[in-house]
Order: sequence, then C-alpha cells, then structure tokens
Amino acid sequence: MSEKEQAITPEVFDHLVQLAALELDEKQAEYLRRELNSQLSAVRELEAIQLDPDTPLASHGVPYDEHNSPALRVDEWQACADVDAITRQAPQFEDGYLIVPDIPHTTLE
Amino acid sequence: MELCDLSAVEVRDLLLEKKVSAVEVLDACQTRIDAVDGRAGTLDPGPETEEDAQRVHAFITRTPELARAQAEAVDKKIAAGEDPGPLAGIPFTVKDIFCVKDTPSTAASRILANFNAPYTATAVERLQAAGALMLGKVNLDEFTYGSSSESSAFQPSPRNPWDTSRVPGGSSGGSAASVAAGEAFLSLGTDTAGSIRQPAAFCGVVGLKPTYGRVSRYGLIAFGSSLDCPGPLARSAKDAALMLGAMAGADPRDATAATLDVPNYLAALEKEVKGKRIGLSPDYFQITFPQADGAYSQQPVPEEMRAAVLQAAEIYRALGAEIIEDVPMPNTRYGIPVYFVISRVEAASNLHRYDGVKYGYRTQQAVGELKDLYRKSRGEGFGLQPKLRILMGMYVSAAQYSEQYYRRALRVRTLIRRDFEEAFDPQGKYRLDALLTPTTPTSAFPIKDVYGDSVLMQYADQLTVPANHAGVPGISLPAGFGADGLPIGLQLLGPDYSEATLLQLTHAYEQASAGAEWRAKRPTVLEVH
Repeated sequence: MSEKEQAITPEVFDHLVQLAALELDEKQAEYLRRELNSQLSAVRELEAIQLDPDTPLASHGVPYDEHNSPALRVDEWQACADVDAITRQAPQFEDGYLIVPDIPHTTLE
Repeated sequence: MELCDLSAVEVRDLLLEKKVSAVEVLDACQTRIDAVDGRAGTLDPGPETEEDAQRVHAFITRTPELARAQAEAVDKKIAAGEDPGPLAGIPFTVKDIFCVKDTPSTAASRILANFNAPYTATAVERLQAAGALMLGKVNLDEFTYGSSSESSAFQPSPRNPWDTSRVPGGSSGGSAASVAAGEAFLSLGTDTAGSIRQPAAFCGVVGLKPTYGRVSRYGLIAFGSSLDCPGPLARSAKDAALMLGAMAGADPRDATAATLDVPNYLAALEKEVKGKRIGLSPDYFQITFPQADGAYSQQPVPEEMRAAVLQAAEIYRALGAEIIEDVPMPNTRYGIPVYFVISRVEAASNLHRYDGVKYGYRTQQAVGELKDLYRKSRGEGFGLQPKLRILMGMYVSAAQYSEQYYRRALRVRTLIRRDFEEAFDPQGKYRLDALLTPTTPTSAFPIKDVYGDSVLMQYADQLTVPANHAGVPGISLPAGFGADGLPIGLQLLGPDYSEATLLQLTHAYEQASAGAEWRAKRPTVLEVH
C-alpha cells in the first residue's frame, strides 16, 4: 500500500495516539500504523455491500425481550462488604484518597 | 490410562462410588501438570530453553492450596453422605481473564499483573459451588486479543500438546492445551470471535460457545461486550454438558444474562438424531486470505477440512438426520471486516479504564502531571495488541468516520444475523437444527509463523466469528487428524439457546466414531514425558 493510499497518515496517527493517552517508541509506532492501515484495507471490503438505508443497526445479535430479560432491579444503595479489598489495589492510596500527580486545569474567566 | 485421562463424568461416578477420593483425582492432575507443563508464564522469562520448547506452559498461576482445600471439603461431604455437587472433585482451569477473589487476575497483561481480584466471577463461583476444584489460572492472548496465545505478556506462551512447535490457538490457548494434555478435565474459556472453538479445534478437544447471555459475564474482564461469551472446554460433549449446566443461567449481577430456564443438557444427549435437519453451506467451504500485495483472495477450504465435514454429514445421515445442502450464508465473508470495526470500538471503550490510578500498573517514571501518568502507565503497561485495538477503535468510531465504518459495520452485522435467522427459521425454507462447517481454515500453525501480522491472524477466526456477531451458539468437536498429524475440528452452529441440540449432535458423532483409529491417538507431549 502506497503512502498516498494510507488512511492513517503520520499526522492522523499522532493525533490518535494523543487521544488514546499512549506513549509509544518509534518502533512501536511504525508497527502500529502499518497494521492499522492493513486492517482498514480489510474493512474496506464492507464498502462493496449494497446496503438498504433502512437496514437497522445491530448493537448485539440475540434479541432481548420480556422472555429472556430480567426485570429492572430496584435502584438501591448496597454497602460494599470489603472496601479495603478494592482500595488496596490502588497504586497510591492515602487517608482515604487515591493519590495522583498534579491535575492540569484552566481557570475559567 | 491414568486417572486424569478419564472423563469428568467417569471420575464423578468413581468419586460417588467411593472408589477414588477427590484428593487422589487432584493429585493425578497435579502430577500430570508437573510432568508436562513446564514453567508458568512470567513477565520476565529470560531466554527460552530447549526444555521450554517441549512443554505445554498452560499456566500463569497455579493454586494448589486452594484446590487441595476444595478437594478435602468434597471428600468430607462424600464421607458424611452429603450431596457434594454435580462437579464434585473435578479439577478445572480458568482462563486468566476471569476475576477470582484473592488470586492474580492478569488478563495476561503487564497492566494487570499485580491485580488481585476483590471478587469472583459468577461462572467460576458456580463451578466451585458445584464442587469443582480450581487448579489455577491459564494463559491466553493479552486481554484475549489474538488467535494463537502468543501475544501474552506472560512468557513462555502456551504450546500445542500435539506438537509443541505449534500454537494451541487462542485466545483460550491455555484452556485448550490444559484439557488436551490431561492437566485438567475442564476449562473455563471465553469466545469473542472463536476463542473457545478455534483452540479447541487446534488441540483436539470440545469447545462450546454458548448463546450470548446464556452464561453470565459478571467478573469477566471485558473485551467486546456485545460479543464475549464464557463457555466450556472439555474432552467430550458429556463433560461440556455437565459443565455448562453448572454455570449457565440468569444472574442478577449481569443484565444481559438470559432469564430462560437452563435445560438438563446431560439428559438431552441421549435423544435421537433421527429427523434433525443439518445444513451445509457453500459459504463455509470458501475462505478469504489477505495476500502480500494487500488484495484478498477467495479459495476453497483445504480438502481434508472439507472431507471431514462431508464424512460427518454422512454419519449424521446414517443416524437418520436429513442433510440440507446449499444453504446460503452470503454474509459470512464479511464477518472479519465487521469484527475489525465493532470489536475494536468496544475494546477501546473497555480499555480506557486502565489509567494507573485505581488499580493495576503505574509507571515508575517521574511524571509532571496526570495526563503524563496516563500516557506512560498505558504505554508501558499495554502490549502491542491492546494498543492496536485502542487506536483502531478510536479511529473507526470518530465522529467523522463513524458513518463510514462503525455504523456501516453494525448494519452488516444485521445482515449476518439474518443469514442465521433464515437458515434456522422453523417456518422457513431450510428449517435447520444446525449448520455443519469446518471450525478453522487450517490446522494449528507453527509458533511465530503468523504472529505480528494482525490481519492474517484475525482471518484464522473467519469461520467462527459470524456466530459471535449473530449471538448464536456454536461448538467445535474433534474430527480426526490432517496429513500434518494435527487435529481437525468440526463446527456445529445452532439457533439461539440450542446448546442442548449442539451437545446432542456432538455426542452422537462421538458415539458413532468411537471405534475410529484416530480416537486412540494421544497428544505427543504425553508420549515424550
């Protein structure tokens, strides 16, 4: 695939990497951009399909109705039996707080 | 034959007759693991040795103390005349994508390597409540992203017990390998595009992807939330039926778990095949392969795969089934392109939670601010395959591309679902009870042969992924060996919630082929060690 035919240009790729909150080295970036373009080339197979505009979107395969779906449960607060088991998974947790570095912020005028 | 080579049902009966104890069964499995598995996968494996190349490496974490405590509890119950449960004393493995309280639950990723789950997945909880003994957590592709198990951050990755120079398939490669090698009777896997059925076919075992929602996903670390299905891997239909019956059913903690009653799958096995309508589709005898120049070619499935399907059809015909040929499934070929879009969007969404703040890996580098922490933690914690899925998912769901890619893929998913609805419609032209196909385009490929080529690797799932889009159940069953000496798998696909029929048909095939010479073969790894 020529550079011209590639949908994921280096600029598009860098933008995606920023949005995805990833830090990549050069070798990783090269591999990932190549594979993304290869995958998009496979996805273009879908363009050949004549789709009726009324074809509904399928967000899942199996239909859900009253026969196979649970009733909505009551929205009730339930205490967690072991809060420590959750908070001790945090990389840094002190005095009941998750500790993170400075959070960038902008003062609104 | 050793105790660990019997079926789960046979062992359960021996236990109930007090001819063996659960501890003895457990010891047999532990001895087998010690003999054939080799070292468990780790983040820092060092160089691979010659011995590594001849072992199975199914495990990431073994839990011998937990298993022994469970076995002793089963033995006490049996001694006291109490009901020990339908899976009493049966050792099983768990794909390390399920949370199990107080055990490492890694998803085979560096980013979760230090995560000890604070709760247990419903499927695992139910298996343990039924008396099954958890041997440990088995290896997989990182976050299940792959079809060979090679992308695991925990190396050595699993190898195929029939030929350790070959992959066991994936992503449930550790599951399939552990069952094939007699390390465990059963394994709990997941199937998002074929991740139970493909490794089952590669390793010569039975693998069942239930209907979406038949088994709760609570406690399953998510990949594609509209596609993921937990399910059993076993050495026979009977064992898979026993396992599915213990873990299927509604779950108040998963709103997508179907509230339908769970049938008695074991009882259904003995029903007659006579009158069943089994379909063959020309669209499942064609495979698509990406070429080096980026073009895609269609070619027939290998002749030995086709022959295995046709021989099975003859067996079913002889048992009284009606074979319906030329069932059109025209959208099968779009399964992978659609999957490249939908699964990536869902994966990207699910992977945003890993941030180095709440749990999991945090970079040890100095960081100035929060976004830097995210980027470094995710950059170091994720392997290449999760990164690839995040980037692809974000691209195809971006506002300016969504109509072209994501929404189009969701519409094509409707067409794939319609193919199945028309084939299985009880009032329709075909009225199938099941569709019979090959499970995979090839047998197990050599380690490192495909890994790295993410498109070619994905096409390994082209015959299994349509069932995930449609949500219908599918099973892979062993059907002999190819010229390369490796297992070949057949696939049966059925309408929603027809697991009992698929298990029944698998059982009938097993009975009819019980005397075949290939049934006596044992995995090579058992001959060597």
